[in-house]
Amino acid sequence: MSRVSKYLKIFAYIYLIFLYAPALLLPIFSFNSSQIISFPLTGFTTYWFERLLYQETLHEAFKNSMIVAISSSILATTLGVLASRSSTRYNFTGKQISLTFILAPLVLPEIIVGVSLLTVLIQLGLSLNLWSVVLGHTLLIMPFSILIMNSAFNNLDISLEEASLDLGENQIGTFFRIILPLVFPGIMASLLIGFTLSLDEFIIAFFLTGTETTLPVYIWSLFRFPKELPTTMALGTLLLLVSLILLSLSEYFRRRSAFSKDSILN
Amino acid sequence: MVSQVQVKNVYRNFGDVKAVDGVSIDIKKGEFFSLLGPSGCGKTTLLRLIAGFETPNFGEILIDGKSMKHVEPNLRPTNMVFQNYAIFPHLNVEENVAYGLRKKKLSKNEKLEMINKSLELVGLSGLNNRSSNALSGGQKQRVALARALILKPKVLLLDEPLSALDKKLREQMQSELRHLQRAVGITFVLVTHDQEEALTMSDKIAVMFDGKVEQIASPRELYEKPISQRVASFIGAMNFINGKVTKNDKKIIFETKIFGELGLSKKQISGKNQNGKLTLGIRPELISINPLKATSKELMLGTIKDISYFGETTYYKISCGKSNELLIVSSQNSFGQISYKVGEKVKFKIDTESVVGFFD
Amino acid sequence: MKITFNNDTKKGWRLLSAPFIYSIFLLAAPLSLMFLLSFWTQDYLILDKTFTFNNYIEAFTQPVYQLLFSRSLTISLTVTFFTVLLAYPMAYYISFYGGERKALWLFLITIPFWTSYLLRMFLWKVILGYNGVFNSFFIWLQVIEEPMTFILYNTNAVIIALTHGWAPFAILPIFVSLEKIDRSLLEASKDLGDGPIQQFFRVILPLSAPGVVGAALIIFIPTVGDYITPKLVGGTEGLMIANMIQVQFSKANNAPLAAALSVSSLMIVAFISIVFVLINRKYLRRY
Repeated sequence: MSRVSKYLKIFAYIYLIFLYAPALLLPIFSFNSSQIISFPLTGFTTYWFERLLYQETLHEAFKNSMIVAISSSILATTLGVLASRSSTRYNFTGKQISLTFILAPLVLPEIIVGVSLLTVLIQLGLSLNLWSVVLGHTLLIMPFSILIMNSAFNNLDISLEEASLDLGENQIGTFFRIILPLVFPGIMASLLIGFTLSLDEFIIAFFLTGTETTLPVYIWSLFRFPKELPTTMALGTLLLLVSLILLSLSEYFRRRSAFSKDSILN
Repeated sequence: MVSQVQVKNVYRNFGDVKAVDGVSIDIKKGEFFSLLGPSGCGKTTLLRLIAGFETPNFGEILIDGKSMKHVEPNLRPTNMVFQNYAIFPHLNVEENVAYGLRKKKLSKNEKLEMINKSLELVGLSGLNNRSSNALSGGQKQRVALARALILKPKVLLLDEPLSALDKKLREQMQSELRHLQRAVGITFVLVTHDQEEALTMSDKIAVMFDGKVEQIASPRELYEKPISQRVASFIGAMNFINGKVTKNDKKIIFETKIFGELGLSKKQISGKNQNGKLTLGIRPELISINPLKATSKELMLGTIKDISYFGETTYYKISCGKSNELLIVSSQNSFGQISYKVGEKVKFKIDTESVVGFFD
Repeated sequence: MKITFNNDTKKGWRLLSAPFIYSIFLLAAPLSLMFLLSFWTQDYLILDKTFTFNNYIEAFTQPVYQLLFSRSLTISLTVTFFTVLLAYPMAYYISFYGGERKALWLFLITIPFWTSYLLRMFLWKVILGYNGVFNSFFIWLQVIEEPMTFILYNTNAVIIALTHGWAPFAILPIFVSLEKIDRSLLEASKDLGDGPIQQFFRVILPLSAPGVVGAALIIFIPTVGDYITPKLVGGTEGLMIANMIQVQFSKANNAPLAAALSVSSLMIVAFISIVFVLINRKYLRRY
């Protein structure tokens, strides 16, 4: 059925092109000299990028995003490792339900999570700051961390742990000498994905942030000013680039986390 | 001989499944002891109970007279060779072998000497820096052995160590393991479903079915004097012939459809005579075709119905008497031995003194 | 005498306790509070905690909310339909013709997932605008004379943007279920006389149904509650329920109503999803 496969192939490539095409606008118009985002292109310039260097609020927002992203990815990965280890290694009553519950943020509309969190924080009289955002982001990132770590732990042959115990090592020693090194790529992947997700996340940050904004919230505020469009495009280009690099790294680590079991199969 | 491992009335269930259902075993020091049985008979569970990876629901396990209750695997004087070898993929050969030495206070040189000795013992000298991924199955197994033996355990536990190897390698490893065990003098407890393997390597074998031990004996005794039909059919091939006991004195006279009457001594029979029904067990090699020395009374008539050629041995299926059952007879294809054809009528004799009988 | 040891339970819960408690405090508690809040009333900044159904009555009887609910559902269902329709051939291609490069294809497909949703939706505003990329491009090519206005600040724009944005997510579940199909079944069906079209409808499609259902749910559930896209490209005609929730919560100072709207959305979405799964349960039996 090579005719069908030819059509499918064309479809697939066109699909991919259309998928990425809008994103190409970012670099194109970041370097375009016109302040209006439209065709025809008017000229090449790096002015919009240079402007980024002088925006104080941007630098603040960037710093805040870094703090939030690093904190949430570490916190989410730590909790994710615990939950994943528990779910892949042990069978116990209530496991399915509690895990479904922990994974729920994957399917809940973000606005509902955001609104309910905001309600709680207000009721408790807590102030909204970066840490409220960290809490929210961790909640969102944790399920992803669990999914990644599940794959890493499932690839960890249980007989390796038993062998370690059998050879005289205790639980803690086994964790540091055998388990941790072998799931390390999974942990790296989880940290990188978590960082990227937090960096890009808008809704929760929008609802839970006080005066300190994160990068996406800052970008949102720029939308009001048509004059700022090209600058926004430039910023977007950089953000996209960073995300792509982090994602590729994360994928590299994720693939490596599958290596331990495959090599045992002779 | 001194007891090294004592399993006393141990039970282990997993939910409704009775994996180990009241097992008592006494393994002597320096013995090569095998746990033999079909899959699901509980032998691996029993091994893991000795290792400490499972805890008995009831009963206890003693090593060198000390109870192993509440003793974690890392603190037991046992070491295990896992079925899939469990070689740490991120460590090389030397690091794998030295893994358990970390806790011991030894100088670097002392450790290196021990490692090299261990590698030499299993025939892997010089492969210290080889990465784990570059090892073949057989090599991984040797690393697993070296890694366990370097810690000088009192008991070495082996969980179907040869099942993943091809036949030739398996046979080679069987004899190597045997020599190794004799060289280091450590008690080996081996789990296998391969009866040939158990017979070749062991001093004693415990045959298990459904979580229970059916017979513990030396290989020879197990083969020649199985105490039940189940054990008999698990170990080697056997002809089973039903019949009735007609006279029960000093000698038991036994009548079958195939060859009429046979006389057996009581020693040859296991079980209790409940209804006079007896099953005779005859090993294929205990029947000889056209024997040179035989009285006319001993000879029986049969026709060859089927032939299976196995290189060293030929198996003939012979029909005899009015029965439809076929007797399996093995014949060594040695120099001068005649081979028969299908349809040929032959005379054969049964070595009645070596047959076994089981009351139903 | 059988004593069952359940070491597993102790160890399992010990590990799970931290993440579980975290979710209780940050998910269960807030959601419960929001549920509770929906039965109260807010007067400017003061909360009246007397139990009342008024918010729900308002949510379901007021035309403006009814409109928003139905519009959100319509948009979301339309998006789901087109997304899944486009995703299926893509998943099919990768599964059956991807060969050694399957992992690469999947990686390329999922990259957009991890990048800023905000940025991606913002691009559509730029693309569909009056002076935007589409219009200026086609005018420049002299394909049209006047800019198109029907493509921005309405439901069409929202549908286009959402379909584009969520398209890849539908691919993965369909791909997974296609991969699970035992290829020898296809050979068997061929052997028994099926042509390629029949094979597709009689074997492949039914066996990939779980993936299709999964994909539909993955698209439907989050898009109903989308805030960003309608806000950026919806104008006034294309606003969805999430925008109203945000307005009620902040400017209108009516958090209880916002809560009621949120809970109602969740209920409606859950109801539709369950009905959808039940309708298809014949195909969802595990093989």
